[in-house]
Amino acid sequence: MEIISKIILPIFVLIIIIYGVKKKINVYDTFLEGAKEGLVTTFNIFPAIIAMIFAINIFLDSNILGYLVSLLGNIKIPLEIIPMALLRPISGTASLAIMNDIFKSFGPDSFIGRLASVLQGCTDTTIYVIALYFGSIKITKIKHALWGGLFADLMGIIAAIILTKLFF
Amino acid sequence: MVSFIWVFLIGIGIIYALISGNISIINESILTNATEALDLILNLLPTIVLWTGILKIAEESGLLDLFAKLLNPILCKLFPDIPKDNKALGYISSNIAANMLGLGSAATPAGLKAMDELQKINPKKDTATNSMITFLILNTAGVTLIPTTILALRVAYKSVNPGEIIIPAIIATTISSISGLTLDYFIRKKKNKWK
Repeated sequence: MEIISKIILPIFVLIIIIYGVKKKINVYDTFLEGAKEGLVTTFNIFPAIIAMIFAINIFLDSNILGYLVSLLGNIKIPLEIIPMALLRPISGTASLAIMNDIFKSFGPDSFIGRLASVLQGCTDTTIYVIALYFGSIKITKIKHALWGGLFADLMGIIAAIILTKLFF
Repeated sequence: MVSFIWVFLIGIGIIYALISGNISIINESILTNATEALDLILNLLPTIVLWTGILKIAEESGLLDLFAKLLNPILCKLFPDIPKDNKALGYISSNIAANMLGLGSAATPAGLKAMDELQKINPKKDTATNSMITFLILNTAGVTLIPTTILALRVAYKSVNPGEIIIPAIIATTISSISGLTLDYFIRKKKNKWK
């Protein structure tokens, strides 16, 4: 499994580049063009990152989570993963900010660090996507789209916990 | 929605800190916060720029379209309501393919066009059709083969093997998508019975 995980990225890059050469596009210039777009995108999300880091840090530093969990008794799950799972469907930036906090406190190779990575990778911002897509064509009766999406997210979260335990 | 959560996180955090006497920590947090955001952006920047460059090659060379074509037969089965020659299927494939490659910026326009086409064949313009719901459930599960941001952050925090989370993440997404689609299938079946 370790070999597969180390081979995915190089193979992926190789396929993309060879296909580009085969289709006779200017691979290098195209790369530069895309990289420039990436630069713009990253700077465009900077205000959102500042806003979310600000809010998430105040929330986590207040240690209200520690208080809430002490009410529940002895549960042995890392605290930060709960708000991360709750915020993931709403804001990708918010859950990214929590993942950053988790990496900072526990490192990316800790159990919770890996769990946060899998969690961030296995679902998308369901509520945001549904609002955007249905809003764009003015649909107001969305039937079970939201519940279906959130149910899928929940299953993703459960799968992430089990898989992280199995894999590492 | 995001605005509400933002206010909620800040409000609850500060009020709880005031009550529990932790306010000096919050004071420090407010002062150092923005620098942390800058660190995060700087950590993400190199990897994101590199991958958007590489993925641009996949987009321009038509590899993305080829990938979308490969997905088409599977998608036809998931959307029995869409006529075979309808443009919506093409847009749906492009959207899913772009999402899989982590090309969020290419995925959204294709997704919006797919919704547009689906709306054209929708008899009740204010009500979601089955195809729309199936598409959104599939879309929000977000199968990503190369999770750029996560890799970038793992690299920045010196993970021994940053890519090790890719396979479990793909399996988790697949489970999430399949559960979403199964639920969708059963809800539809039940509703058909009532008719």
